[in-house]
Parts: sequence; C-alpha cells; structure tokens
Amino acid sequence: MSEKLTSARPAENYFGAVRAVAWKDLIAELRSRELLAAMLIFAMLVILVFNFALELDREARESVTAGVLWVTFAFAGTLGLNRSMAIEKDGGCLDGLLLAPVDRSAIYLGKVISNLVFMLIVEIIVLPIYYVLYNPKNFFNLGFFGVILLGSIGYVAVGTLLATMSIQSRTRDVLLPILLFPVVIPVLVSAVQASKGFLAGLPVGELMPWLNLLIVYDIIFIAAAFMFFDYVVEE
Amino acid sequence: MIIVKKLIKRFGLKTVLRGLDFRVERGEFVALLGPNGAGKTTFLRILASLSRPSLGRVSIAGYELPAQSAAVRRRLGVVSHMPLLYGDLTAEENLQFYGRMYNLPELPQRVNQVLEMVGLLARRRDLVRTFSRGMQQRLAIGRAVLPDPQVMLFDEPYTGLDQDASEMLDGVLRQVAAQGRTVVMTSHDLARAEGLASRFDILSRGLITASASQASLGAGNLLDFYKQALTL
Amino acid sequence: MSPQPRALVALNVVSVLLLGASYYASLVYAPLEAVMGAVQRVFYFHVATAWVGMLGFVMAAVAGIIYLWKKDLKWDAISVAAVEISLVFFFIAIVLGSIWARPIWGTWWTWEPRLTTAAILEMIYLAYLLLRQGIEDPEKRARFGAVYTLLGGISVPVTFVSIRLFRTIHPVVIGSGSAEAQGGFNMAPAMLQTMFFSIIAFSVIFVTIFWHRMRLASLANRVEQLKLKALD
Repeated sequence: MSEKLTSARPAENYFGAVRAVAWKDLIAELRSRELLAAMLIFAMLVILVFNFALELDREARESVTAGVLWVTFAFAGTLGLNRSMAIEKDGGCLDGLLLAPVDRSAIYLGKVISNLVFMLIVEIIVLPIYYVLYNPKNFFNLGFFGVILLGSIGYVAVGTLLATMSIQSRTRDVLLPILLFPVVIPVLVSAVQASKGFLAGLPVGELMPWLNLLIVYDIIFIAAAFMFFDYVVEE
Repeated sequence: MIIVKKLIKRFGLKTVLRGLDFRVERGEFVALLGPNGAGKTTFLRILASLSRPSLGRVSIAGYELPAQSAAVRRRLGVVSHMPLLYGDLTAEENLQFYGRMYNLPELPQRVNQVLEMVGLLARRRDLVRTFSRGMQQRLAIGRAVLPDPQVMLFDEPYTGLDQDASEMLDGVLRQVAAQGRTVVMTSHDLARAEGLASRFDILSRGLITASASQASLGAGNLLDFYKQALTL
Repeated sequence: MSPQPRALVALNVVSVLLLGASYYASLVYAPLEAVMGAVQRVFYFHVATAWVGMLGFVMAAVAGIIYLWKKDLKWDAISVAAVEISLVFFFIAIVLGSIWARPIWGTWWTWEPRLTTAAILEMIYLAYLLLRQGIEDPEKRARFGAVYTLLGGISVPVTFVSIRLFRTIHPVVIGSGSAEAQGGFNMAPAMLQTMFFSIIAFSVIFVTIFWHRMRLASLANRVEQLKLKALD
C-alpha cells in the first residue's frame, strides 16, 4: 500500500475535477439522451403553443420573437437543470462527488459547464427550426447569438445553485422555477431587449446598456454562487 | 487511526449522537452493530466527512474533521448502501471518473487492477445500469478502493444482496482487510460481521454501549453479546 | 407559558396609539392635496409600509449572513420573522399604491420600476417560505434560507435597474408625465410631518409584531423540545 498513490497535487486537481464532472455529464447524456430529448420536445411544444396562443400577423410576430424564444429557453432550461441535479441525488451520487478531495466549487463549475452545454445544444437546435417555421428577419447575426450565450450563462449559473437546493427539498422539481424566475428576471429583461434590438437591426452601441447589464449580472452571480455553493451541499 | 471523543450530533432539537467515544487502531476491522435509529449511519457519515459534528472531536489518520476534511478524504474509501455509481456510464468510465476526481496517477492501469480485484474485468465496457445489485456493490467497493485508502467505511454493504452476491462481497471484504486497511463496517447481519471483523462495537441510542474483540468472544457468541448489550 | 414582558405590553399599547394617531394625521391633519384630492392621503401609509418592509428585507439578509457566520439558529428565526412581516407590509404598500394609482393613472397596475420590483420582491419572499417548508433539517433550512435571501438581496437592485432601463426606453404613457415620481406633487410641511410620523409609527408597529413573532418562534421551539422529551 503505497503513500505515493495518495499524494495528490491539489492545484492541478481542481480543473481536472471540473473537467471530469463536465465530461461525465456529457458522456452520460450522450448515451441516454433523456435530458436533451425532454428539453427539445418541450421547447418545440412551447413554440407551437405560442403560435396558437398568440395569433399574430407577420409584423406583430417579429416583435415578439425575442420574448417567445427566451420564455421557451427559460422553461426548457428548468427541465434540464432539474434533471441534471436529480441524477446526482437519486443514485446518492452527490455524496460520491462530495467525497472527492477537491474544493466543492469544482463540482459547481463542472455542473455549470455541462448544464450550459445542454442549454446551448437545445438553443442551437431550436433556433433553426424557429427560423424555418416563422422566417424572422435578421435572424442569423452574431450579436443575437452573443446575447443568447450571455443570457444562458447567467441563467445556468444561478439555476445550478438553486437546483442544488431545490432537489434537497421535499417539493423538488416544482420548487426550482419558483426560486429561479424572480431572481433571474434581470437576465430575461436584458436578454429579450438586446435580442429584440439585434433582430431589429439596431447598432451595437444602442444595445450596450443591456449587454453591460447581462455581463454584470453574470459576473456577480457566478461569484456569489461560488461563495454559496459550499453552504448548499454541506450537512 | 480513528479517534472520536465525545461526539455529539444534533439535528435541530433532536440529539442523535450523545457524546460518543470511539477508537480504532491501524489495521483493525471493526463491526459497528446496533438497532435501527441508533445513529450508525449518522456516525458513519460524520466519519466520511459528509456531515459535520455538532460538538466533539473526530480525527482520522491524524487529520481533524471538519477542519482538514480534504486531507481525510484523500485517505478514505466509502461504500454506502447506495452504489454512488452513474448508470449511464460503463464500469470503466465510472472508475475513471472517480480516479480523475482523486487525481490519481497512472489511472488506466489502476482501473484495470481494481476491476480485476472485484472480478468485473469482463464487464468493464458494460453500462452500470445493466448490472445486478451485487455487481454494482462490487463496483462500488472498487470505486472506494481506487485511491488506495488507508481507511474504509462500509455502511450496510449487504443490503439487498442475495446469497451468491453476499458471498462474493465477503471475499472482496476479506481481501480489502488483508491488505492492511483500517475498516469500520455497520451491519444488521450479525453472522456476516462475525466472520469478518476483529472487533464488535454496539451502538445504541447515540452511544457505544459495549465493545468486544473477536478473540475474547469466541465463535458463535456474538448474538448473545449483542442481545445483552441492548438490554443494558 | 410565560406572560408577555412588561415592555412588550407597553409596546402593544404604544403601537395601537401610534396607529390611531397616524390615521388621524393622514385623514385629518394633513392638508388636502390640490390636484389628486382625497385619494392622495393613502400615500402616507403607502410610503411608511414600503420603507419599513424594505428595512425588514435588509434585516432578513443581514440576519442570514450572520447565521452563516455564527451558525446560531436564533439568527435564522430573526430572518424568518423579518421576511414574514415584510411580506405583509409590502403587500399593504402595493395594495395602497394600487388604490392610489387607480384614479390618478386610470389603472390598477402599471409596470413601473418600483411597483414591478416590489411585486418581484414579494415573489422572492414567497419562494423563500416555500423553500423552507420543504426542508426537514432545521440547520439545513436555515442555511438554504440564508443563501436564498442573499441571492434575492443581490438580485433585487439589479432587477430594479434593469426594469428602470426598460422603462426609460418604453415610458409609461399614462396619466401625468411624471408617472415615475410619486405622482409628483409638492409636499406642504404638514404633509412631510405626517409622512415621517407614519414612518416612525409603522417602524414601532414592526418592532412590536416582530417581538411577538420571535416569542411565537421560541414558544414553538419549546413545544418541540417537550414533545421530543416525551417521546424519548
């Protein structure tokens, strides 16, 4: 029994652990595809429902594109977040992660990365479908995609932390949207406005306040989540 | 190796562990027995650094919990009644994942070694979802042994295992013990514990009420000892 | 059951008196506002409850931080009490604001920044209480509550800014141009006096109710303790 095996190199271990957690989630999802399937089908259903709920003429539809898409992403995102943390809770795997001799925040970061990837995959699939169905103007522009990225980051950063809390409560899945939506409103407001602006062809300069708000939110909440994650997993 | 002094654990107003004292020397195999609700799982979770003591001192391999929990975790292997495995990953991938979390060197070789030890080398590329409970438990032990821990904690490892699986588990546990590791195991199954442990401690209502070594008890006397200890 | 301490009894009386005096001040003492008329009188209680509600929220967040630091459940009880009372005070403020808005802006509700943020704040309060309800372990409940109050606390100013930004781009074209100001009216000295008096009155009322709530919490705690002792 060698001491050599147990001498870890802590500094390197952190990002190794982050990568390991993210990779593990991605591989597992690749195999079962349960999470992605659920999110995608749900997203498509929401878009369909919107079509019937808001019987709009072409022009009115242009103005709600951003809103419809973001609401869709927000709801589908909730599904993904719930599922991702539930997997850890059900097999008792969260304990397995907590037993690792690595800073807890590595688990958080790994989870955020995999949750973000899932959300982005859903977005990447939904967007072209939306385009085909409704043919909105200015759809494929860089600014629009940038906003989607920034917004998703903020959403997932807070969502992962809150999901970690909600799966430990009796009310579980139901609780996450209730906890998440009030806190994530700045992201939704900014993302919708900025998206709308880019889709309407407005110059970046005009949309800077929204982009700044998104960036500030992302930074603040990632930092806060890092600080709080320990408190949310310890016993 | 493991020193516990006056350990108190409270959940709100409920006190589960009431000033527990416990001591295990290097290489000992201690079976922790006791009725449901005595606090065995709570105690093991504290030793595993998954739960914090409310009061009292816990030290493992010279490191204090909870202050030096990372150092403790590096030397710890834990098997609970839940497998702690990812069903959508193969046996190999599960071990590789944990290996990376522990930052183990020469990982592929180590994974092979462990798979062989628990007799799952042939099923390495199969999804854990397809494993029987017995196989999952064996892989769980493999996961725990992977970082070559000095101390191992087993919480009711025989739960849900049939006769064959239990016998296989016996074998693996004996191997683990023979490798000189310090082991603490909680169990309901007195017969199994009798065949494996060198010492038996009874945990009842939050305290260790009795302790006896295998040698002093002699064969077949464990049940009487247990019943007696609980009536105290 | 321990009777209310003398100070609290005195506070009860003082609170009722202050409330009565505030009613008088708002309805009789303060002069009638020229443009908006009688409905403007709602303003005094509206501001008072809103301010005190906001302070309650800050108190909850601060108590949360202190709990995370000191791990004393007393601070958690303070957090809960503050949230519960603020929830009601804020609701009153919103309703009064609505009543005031109706004749002035012709609508019960408007999505102006303060009102919208207030509504979101109420949702955060409710989410907080729902979160706590689902967790058995008191220590975990306290920790999660504290984390959520802090997250909520950080998000509220950001939310306010984002909605204000939203509103400057989509101004509310309802009623008078200064829909963003408090209906924009000049305050006579008597009005200012009434406003400050109301704020003080409601602060005292808050403290009184808070004290009662803390007593309730400690009595409930005692009941739990007695229950556990009886079952032991």
